[in-house]
Amino acid sequence: MTDLAHAPSDPHPADDPVPVPITTRKDWSSDQEVRWCPGCGDYSILAAVQMLMPDLGVRRESTVFLSGIGCAARFPYYMNTYGMHSIHGRAPAIATGLATTRPDLDVWVVTGDGDSLSIGGNHLIHALRRNVNITILLFNNQIYGLTKGQYSPTSEVAKVTKSTPFGSLEQPFNPLSLALGAEAGFVARTHDMDRKHMMETFRRAHAHKGASFVEIYQNCNVFNDGAFEKITGKEHRSDMLIPLVHGEPIRFGAEGQHGVVLHNDGSVEVVEVAAVGESALLVHDEHRDNPGLAFQLSRLSRGPYEPTPIGIFRDVDRPEYGEEMARQIDEATARRGQGDLNALLRSGSSWTVE
Amino acid sequence: MSNTTQPKPPHLLDRVVIRFAGDSGDGMQLAGDRFTTSSALFGNDLATFPDFPAEIRAPAGTLAGVSAFQVHISDHDISTAGDSPNVLVAMNPAALRANIDSLPKGATVIVNVDAFEERNLVKAGYESDPLGDGSLSAYTVYEVPMTSITTEVSKEAGVKPRDAERSKNFFALGLISWLYTRPIEGTMGWIEEKYAGKPLVMEANLRAFKAGFHFGETTELFESSYEVKPATLAPGEYVNVTGNTATAWGLIVAATRSDLPLFLGTYPITPASDILHELSKHKQFGVRTFQAEDEISGIGAALGAAFGGALGVTTTSGPGVDLKSEMIGLAISLELPLLIIDIQRGGPSTGLPTKTEQADLLHAMYGRHGEAPLPIVAAKTPSHCFEATVEAVRLAVKYRTPVILLSDGYLANGTEPWKLPDLDQLPDIDPGFATDPNHVDDDGNAVFWPYLRDPETLARPWAPPGLAGLEHRIGGLEKADGSGNVAYDGANHEKMTRLRAAKIAGIAHDIPPTDVDDEDGAEVLVIGWGSTYGAIAAGVQRVRARGHKVAQAHLMHLNPFPADLGEVLSSYKKVLVPEVNLGQLSRLLRAEYLVDAISFTQVQGVPFRAAAMESAILQQIDGTAERFAAEATGSTDTIEKGSLR
Repeated sequence: MTDLAHAPSDPHPADDPVPVPITTRKDWSSDQEVRWCPGCGDYSILAAVQMLMPDLGVRRESTVFLSGIGCAARFPYYMNTYGMHSIHGRAPAIATGLATTRPDLDVWVVTGDGDSLSIGGNHLIHALRRNVNITILLFNNQIYGLTKGQYSPTSEVAKVTKSTPFGSLEQPFNPLSLALGAEAGFVARTHDMDRKHMMETFRRAHAHKGASFVEIYQNCNVFNDGAFEKITGKEHRSDMLIPLVHGEPIRFGAEGQHGVVLHNDGSVEVVEVAAVGESALLVHDEHRDNPGLAFQLSRLSRGPYEPTPIGIFRDVDRPEYGEEMARQIDEATARRGQGDLNALLRSGSSWTVE
Repeated sequence: MSNTTQPKPPHLLDRVVIRFAGDSGDGMQLAGDRFTTSSALFGNDLATFPDFPAEIRAPAGTLAGVSAFQVHISDHDISTAGDSPNVLVAMNPAALRANIDSLPKGATVIVNVDAFEERNLVKAGYESDPLGDGSLSAYTVYEVPMTSITTEVSKEAGVKPRDAERSKNFFALGLISWLYTRPIEGTMGWIEEKYAGKPLVMEANLRAFKAGFHFGETTELFESSYEVKPATLAPGEYVNVTGNTATAWGLIVAATRSDLPLFLGTYPITPASDILHELSKHKQFGVRTFQAEDEISGIGAALGAAFGGALGVTTTSGPGVDLKSEMIGLAISLELPLLIIDIQRGGPSTGLPTKTEQADLLHAMYGRHGEAPLPIVAAKTPSHCFEATVEAVRLAVKYRTPVILLSDGYLANGTEPWKLPDLDQLPDIDPGFATDPNHVDDDGNAVFWPYLRDPETLARPWAPPGLAGLEHRIGGLEKADGSGNVAYDGANHEKMTRLRAAKIAGIAHDIPPTDVDDEDGAEVLVIGWGSTYGAIAAGVQRVRARGHKVAQAHLMHLNPFPADLGEVLSSYKKVLVPEVNLGQLSRLLRAEYLVDAISFTQVQGVPFRAAAMESAILQQIDGTAERFAAEATGSTDTIEKGSLR
């Protein structure tokens, strides 16, 4: 009997002598024609991922992209890796089964604001809570694109859409606050106008062991064009995006003239550095065990029209679910020996009829 | 009490049906279970039927809170838990009232007389004390002060007065153990082991158990004890199993034989949770159990594990199957092995969570949008859950398809002795993972086509991530035949739809022919599926014992049907289909074979009675069911419940 505790099909054990081949973006692109609307932000995210992969030192055959339903969910078809385009909202559940049984794989989940915050909200929060070893890329365009323009759970209040001609009535989710509240160990935000920032953020998310959550502000140029323009537009970025850098005071602006301070009541606020002095600025710490401050930072901006932090809000290590599951198997096997079917069938009382 | 009573030799019985009944918190399931185990170890054939309410603790003393455990022990081969108890142990008035109507006149009733006080009588809805008003005159009633004796011996053991009566189920067990001459050492040892961490409880339970045994032995209340000799079962090693345990073991064995890591993704639901409990104990087999956030995640994770090359399984009951439907459809589209185990219970909606029903057959068959066929396998007895599980896994792996395995509440919790199988005789299950590219593209490159089918089975290759050159993307969108790329054209969709259907239909040639227990000259065939097996077999036996000819068939494969089924059905004048639903298999048989199947149904949350089955069969044979049934049961209560149409 083989050792069932470990996946039999893992062809690349840790001591694999075959080196990871050198690849280029082209190697990671499938032969399928990309069919997003011209001008969609998804193209730049796809490019960032395809350009990053050769740098990660990983194998195509050990990489899996999983998705649910929505525009973003077509992503796996365009990656020359293993992949699955599944059903609406359920990719984190499918990823949980895959990642816990195949710790040798890199499992990426590509999702959207409707997919993961509406129909699949339950799976998202529980995958984060359990800390399954997956990297979640949430394409947030604040609209339903594939169904042609209804409001989404991240749309702003009073948004007029096809399904809300008099304006939507719902308070939107703050995806980062939600992820932090769901005990996520890695939480970050980036946007589709900055390939370098995306690649760096994805690199860190991939390196994190356990569930990583990245919100990507993504422009839907057909149904919600310009939703992030006020902060991601080239001319606005320096004053409207607040880069979070571990160990550095949080400041922004062309001259670094703006900053963030922490008040005694635990709230954070954007201030002018000249008014408070550089030493008063909050120094960013990704590794704080308590998520409270990261949560405050996630709520510094009320929406993509105020100065908004981007980068890594939180990066802390917690026990990874699949590893813990494997540990229990190893411990049970060490304690009781390899499973014995004959003993199993006799684990109650047995008797013999002559 | 006299200490000088000479033990009288026990009366021999060929079989007896005992029903333990009390409040949900009285420990009746435990008492019944222990009695069953000692009887199994003693060598009787047996069948059990636990029957409990959905509430964990309904108001004490009320009819709603009555929990019962029926066990049928015998010195010969039996197939049901018995139509009606010969002995009722009633721990309170509600237990008496809830069960007395199911007893034949002349049956024995043993009551805990201490519980027959004003308050409890009112709660049970009695206007006068049945022990005193003559209403039980048709029965042999023994009044035993179970609470007071238990309290006394427990206090001696040092248990607080408040808890002192809690061991009374062990008193009852001791008394019945004496009455039916059960060996007691096993139960004493079990108590010592089970309560090792709670010495006071252990001591109180031991004392109560012995007090019950001695009460029977030393009082002259009972004329004699009884004995049911061991049954002459086929030689071999036996264990007593519930259906859920047999299912869990079947999964572990199938995973080991196929060399696939077992992954169970599930959400707790009655009556399926015990499979999760059992599997979670056996991690040394590499078993991964995942208690998901909901039913959808349970099956989703199982499908993800299957994509990764594991044996993905999800367990549930009716409401959970509803929720899993979309994921089952995805698995059909992805053509990946996946096992969905549905432990059916009374529906619709929450229905009767703790009661049995077999009304999910059409749901299993058709409960998805689009043309979405899958194989359906059904277990027929508690121990048969093992074989059915292994078969379901075989089909899932070989044909790269989700399979629904149907069990039900009766099989899940019921027990029977099971002759342990020779594991080497089980079918081989070969995952046959893809190892190499299987196609050459227009440019002459070797490529992997995930939907290039095996010409014989029509199954597609299973290529878990990890192998270079086999990278591929699959999904719920329609795929081009062969390449598996997204394809929207109508001709391809029709081709793929027909291919998926043909793959499942072709399984008919990979399963045994219909299992018919025929008699030369029989004109009536009784055909069933699932847990009706026991009652049908008992009914058929009774009809044959009267000199009539009748044939019986039982279907383990519900989709596809065995290849010869149409021929089998057409060789009888009448086909009777008993089901615990409103006629689901009968519809399928009518639709598939244009046979005038006669549906015989009942939906009361309990299995059919053998007498009802006998009556229904006789009615088909000569239309004189009622007279015969009256003779058969010796009871005047012969018009059995059930509907013929």
